[in-house]
Amino acid sequence: MTAALTLVGALIFLVGTLFLFFGGLGLFRMPDTYNRIQAGTKAVTLGTLLTLLGAAFMQPGWWLKLLLIAMFVIFTNPLSSQVLARAAHRAKVASHTGVDHLAEDGEDLA
Amino acid sequence: MADLLMFFGFVAAAAGFFLALYRFVVGPRAVDRVVGVDVLTIIAMTGILLAALISGREIYLDIALVYALLSFVGVIVTARFLEGGEQ
Repeated sequence: MTAALTLVGALIFLVGTLFLFFGGLGLFRMPDTYNRIQAGTKAVTLGTLLTLLGAAFMQPGWWLKLLLIAMFVIFTNPLSSQVLARAAHRAKVASHTGVDHLAEDGEDLA
Repeated sequence: MADLLMFFGFVAAAAGFFLALYRFVVGPRAVDRVVGVDVLTIIAMTGILLAALISGREIYLDIALVYALLSFVGVIVTARFLEGGEQ
């Protein structure tokens, strides 16, 4: 039973680290800053949550601290992504399409 | 079997780490570098989690939590600093 749980946990951990790799790949490949923020935070958040879930399968006694870290990641990653995108927009970083609907609205809503 | 899967997971996370490190070094804008630091610290947090799993010590999870907290505060402060325009 414990061996089966460890195997399932290692599989989920591997899937999570693959998402971390895809996040790094998106950061490497994407054409402009906003796309990089998107790829870098969404895929990495999912990857971190999956690795924490895999760790909870491998060490069931650690669930409380793992849940604490997972809640922290869920709350803080979207926040830092939004603050970074707002900083990029206010620093007048252009998107690679050249379209800026937020500036066309006339006021800084971000 | 589980050890082999976790080794492959370590390799995938390390590959993602180096791709993010490329973005941190090359840039080209300051915001790109901050995104790179964000992803680097989160992958490093997963590395601390892996160290906790391998050594079997729960106390390492506290270090991972504090590391995530510090990286979050650092990213927020740097982003607020960059809002006034870079350089």
